[in-house]
Amino acid sequence: MSQRSALMGPALRMGGLVLALVLLVVVGVATAGERFWSTGNLITVLSLAAVTGVVSIGMTFVITSGGIDLSVGAVVGLASVWASTLSTQYAAEDFGWWVIPLTALAVGLVAGLINGLLVAYGKMPAFMATLAMLAAARGLAEIIAGRRTQIVTVEPFFDVFQSRPLGVPAIVWIFVVVAAAGWFLLNRTTFGRRTVAVGGNPEASRLAGIKIKRHTLYLYGLAGLTAGIGAVILLARTTAGSSTHGTLLELDVIAAVVVGGTLLAGGRGTITGTVLGVLIFSTLTNVFVLNNLDSSVQAIAKGAIIVGAVLLQQWFAARERVTAT
Amino acid sequence: MTASTVRTRRAVGAVAATATAALLLTGCVSNEPRESEDDAASGPVAVTENDEPGDEVVIGFSAPAADHGWMGAITSAAKAEAEKYEDVTLQVAEGTNDVNVQISQIEGFIDQGVDAIVLLPFDGAALTDVALEAMEAGIPVINVDREFTSPFAARATVLGDNYGMGVSAGTYICEQLGDNPDAVVAEIAGIDSLPLTQDRSQGFKDALDDCGLDVDARVAAEFTVESGEEQTANLLSAEPQIDAIWNHDDDQGVGVLAAIENAGRDEFFVVGGAGSANMMREIQDEESVVDATVIYPSTQAADGVKLARLVAQNKTVSDLASIGVPRTVQLYAPVVTADNVEEFLPIGFES
Repeated sequence: MSQRSALMGPALRMGGLVLALVLLVVVGVATAGERFWSTGNLITVLSLAAVTGVVSIGMTFVITSGGIDLSVGAVVGLASVWASTLSTQYAAEDFGWWVIPLTALAVGLVAGLINGLLVAYGKMPAFMATLAMLAAARGLAEIIAGRRTQIVTVEPFFDVFQSRPLGVPAIVWIFVVVAAAGWFLLNRTTFGRRTVAVGGNPEASRLAGIKIKRHTLYLYGLAGLTAGIGAVILLARTTAGSSTHGTLLELDVIAAVVVGGTLLAGGRGTITGTVLGVLIFSTLTNVFVLNNLDSSVQAIAKGAIIVGAVLLQQWFAARERVTAT
Repeated sequence: MTASTVRTRRAVGAVAATATAALLLTGCVSNEPRESEDDAASGPVAVTENDEPGDEVVIGFSAPAADHGWMGAITSAAKAEAEKYEDVTLQVAEGTNDVNVQISQIEGFIDQGVDAIVLLPFDGAALTDVALEAMEAGIPVINVDREFTSPFAARATVLGDNYGMGVSAGTYICEQLGDNPDAVVAEIAGIDSLPLTQDRSQGFKDALDDCGLDVDARVAAEFTVESGEEQTANLLSAEPQIDAIWNHDDDQGVGVLAAIENAGRDEFFVVGGAGSANMMREIQDEESVVDATVIYPSTQAADGVKLARLVAQNKTVSDLASIGVPRTVQLYAPVVTADNVEEFLPIGFES
């Protein structure tokens, strides 16, 4: 009995998400028909999901381990700015287009590792450490950019990141690859199992020999790295770096992860759920724009979805506890 | 287990080393262009006898944080204007979006006893009280762009024309599409909750109404490149055939153009808003979808400084017959096209 419910739980939760997405798609087709269900529009939805999607994968790991990273949006901004300064662009012209993405990834990774150090070794609450990083990274980005929009003129960079292998934009492929890698890492490796263990019961994990501090450091580094990837995607999409890039992205990302079924308290995480959560929000935006509806109403719908998803989560969690005992 | 930890540790070490190398490679985060060129930004200049040096005056200046190109240009244009006068000392308070900080800046100017204050409030209503205080202390306040709620709080007010921007954009689109009542017109607005966005949209709608057109699709971005790109991508998906687009703001316009390019669309023309140098260069480029932009002058705080100087020196505006600096100056929202872009490029701001 308890074994069956353990299997049924995740399936049901995922079913709920798929149902919500299908519902949105039905609304989209019913209200906008061809305009919604066209290859071009579906690619638009996926492209719009790419930034939030990639960053959400990193966030899924952090939240699964019982942490939180509020700095991802600001780190995306900082990485986009650092990777598009004139000196970076000159370096990219001299050495190759890869300087731009490499810089963005490096900035993201370093910012993430600093978060990790503060949380793991400085024993700061994740909420405060990453809040500090949010403020500092945004400020540094503003100083570097001088609050200007930095337009990227390195054509080879766009040749790569605006290309469309098999008719699908490169940035969507990046999202797919990052999601697949995240799924593998969480579900098929020791690293993933440790992440879940640390989130579920830190004390037991410590006793079981997991080096919690070092693991935490890696997790925040990973989140920073995905923020760096997000910055590369934004650079490719907007052709510019800006200290305003990624403003409030952290909220969209956390919403997508939690709606997807990852427990905010830690101990359970799902990459598939996160991807569905991201797609639900980006489809929602698309359906609203297709119907020329007010963005304020869209914000209300978003709020309702978050409340609905979390209530459902709690209900499932309570049921599992009852059947388990 | 230990072997795997060692392996991960090595991997992480390698990654961290690469990261550091990459950051070193890009060196300092400088934004210095390789060869510098002098940018002598000066628009059309009319010299009057008012420009003759008069009494030495100290003018206090406070504006919101320069977090976008237009706002950055506001402060730099004001500083540049003040530098033209040897009788003006401009005290520039650090730009802030915190009304409490801005109020304390004005209180500082009052304590210091400056001769005039030029104030572009982050929020007109919130700064009204302290502006009244300054006026009562005998310091004339020149209110720029965002109006106070009390007419007693400012000696003179310099305003842009948001409604007029919408009218100018709509009228231009009417001229281009006038003979086609079925033309599809799209609008990419700024932050919808702001009165300035509502005014622009109303003016746009009214001007289109006048020639039998209407806004067929409308999205609202947030004045940022990222939001401009996102909203435009959705908009283009929603409307397979568009004839004209008005984008309220050239700062978000960078993202708007990126989305248009990503979608490979060019069956329409785009009209911008605010008047960035970048958009004006697009207008010069005949290949670009951008045909025009509507100016929202980033020189209005510079006008405020000029008026503050005249008020403090008890002078009057020379090209008016009446005596005294006018109470309200509302600036015009001209349309920049390929025909007149050369004239406007010097006052275009870098976004």
